[in-house]
Amino acid sequence: MNKRSLLAGPYILWITGFTVIPLCIIIKYAFTSRDGGFTAENILAMFTPVHLKAMTFSTLAAVICTLICILLSYPLVMAIRRLGLRGGSFSVFILILPMWVNFILRLLAWQMILSNNGILSMILERLRLPAWDISNSKTAIIIGLVYDYLPYMVLSLHNSIDEIEDDLIEAARDLGANGLRIFFRIILPLSVPGLLSGIVMVFVPSMTSFVTANVLGGGKQQLIGNVIEEEFMVTMNWNLGSGLSVILMVFVLISMTFTARNDDPGSESKVW
Amino acid sequence: MVDRFKNFICRSYIAVIMFFLYAPILVLIVSSFNASRSRVIWGGFTLRWYVDVFSSRSIMEALYTTLAIAFLSSLIATLIGVTGAIGISAMRLRNYKIVMAFTNIPMLNADIVTGISLMLWFVKFMPLGFSSILLSHVTFNIPYIILSVMPKLQTLNVSIYEAAMDLGANRVYAFFRIVLPELTEGIIAGFIMAFTISMDDFVVTYFTKGAGVNTLSTMIYGELRKGIRPELYALSTLIFAAALIVLIIVNIFTERKPEKSSGRL
Repeated sequence: MNKRSLLAGPYILWITGFTVIPLCIIIKYAFTSRDGGFTAENILAMFTPVHLKAMTFSTLAAVICTLICILLSYPLVMAIRRLGLRGGSFSVFILILPMWVNFILRLLAWQMILSNNGILSMILERLRLPAWDISNSKTAIIIGLVYDYLPYMVLSLHNSIDEIEDDLIEAARDLGANGLRIFFRIILPLSVPGLLSGIVMVFVPSMTSFVTANVLGGGKQQLIGNVIEEEFMVTMNWNLGSGLSVILMVFVLISMTFTARNDDPGSESKVW
Repeated sequence: MVDRFKNFICRSYIAVIMFFLYAPILVLIVSSFNASRSRVIWGGFTLRWYVDVFSSRSIMEALYTTLAIAFLSSLIATLIGVTGAIGISAMRLRNYKIVMAFTNIPMLNADIVTGISLMLWFVKFMPLGFSSILLSHVTFNIPYIILSVMPKLQTLNVSIYEAAMDLGANRVYAFFRIVLPELTEGIIAGFIMAFTISMDDFVVTYFTKGAGVNTLSTMIYGELRKGIRPELYALSTLIFAAALIVLIIVNIFTERKPEKSSGRL
């Protein structure tokens, strides 16, 4: 430890006080029953049919949402690159701006668009197209989740694709590679770090959100986040809620291993 | 010809995604001018909600709380985060990795778990309210500051700092004249990010706020069942317009920078 690293002192105190200790406490709650004794019941409760159903739907919704985000983001990032809107500011600007409208209000707007007599059905009716009733359905929730987290995927893919040198792509083209080949042999492999962090940034929150399902699912479709929220705010069974939360955390730990290798500063010289 | 067609496809695709991202915002803006309180029926144009919003005490209080929390938490996070980042970057590789792994926890952990774990901890020693929200927001803001300052620290040329010391500057002077200017861009980016995340946060606030205090998010959530007051649409349109203006100014400001430096070369 040299003198300069002591500057990290306040920060280390802060993470101890407000990250490490709270996590220990939630784990303690997870393994105690309401009267204070040790129990594994709160953890095992995940395997009751109701909770399993919510967990399965959450995982499924998160996987679908992440896949859709990936499929939508690659063409978008490539299009931004192709049109020379580089340097980042334009795309970052456009993607961050919607965040300034409260996200619950944005979801509410989706509810207005998708509801039975909402804007979408009005437009479909005008165009004499068949009605597409998806209000309060799983589809509506997934649309909402994609809407919420698409910017994160685009931003992290953008960061790594923007760094790819034009020379590399031109060299490949000179050597006779077509667009498809360039994408799969150069751009895709080089975008992997951005893709991985994008997956984590989309998968974890879409799996654990509860507001989206509340607003767009009409309370009929439950994600695991809704179950946990109810345990804390309605049923007031903090131990059970903590047990389910700890299981969610295990998922986070698994996804953390994806990004762990991105933290390696190895090659960079330490200047300070 | 083929190139032009491809460019056209690219433009259309970007336009479609933009439409997807901005359609709900458009709906909200239109609703803010709707004279009818109903969400689906158009009752004519009005500016009434824009006047009423300023006389609603509960909305103004929530707005004040939201802004105060966002500003204070970003400020405290910047102070702790910048000194933290400088300290961490001076650590040996093993310690560096350990601390950075902990830094990632609030970013990667589900909001609901962060919120609940903080709430379970706070109830043991303090009443839930403004200060518990503030502490929580600082906690999830610090990583954004650290992650945006760290890359700048790693590309910082240490020789200039040492040269300044050789020429007689003391540590503090050298820090403020040499190091801080290099970090400014990262600090501003981190601050804006932290402020934005804090303004938009619902989940962590929801679990740590206790009774009686509301931010805009928790107020809106509470009104979902009985119907949102149209004044809130008006307020969010105003906030959106303000953010648009601020971001355009910031954008122009940062856009000019590379030109300057390339001119120097």
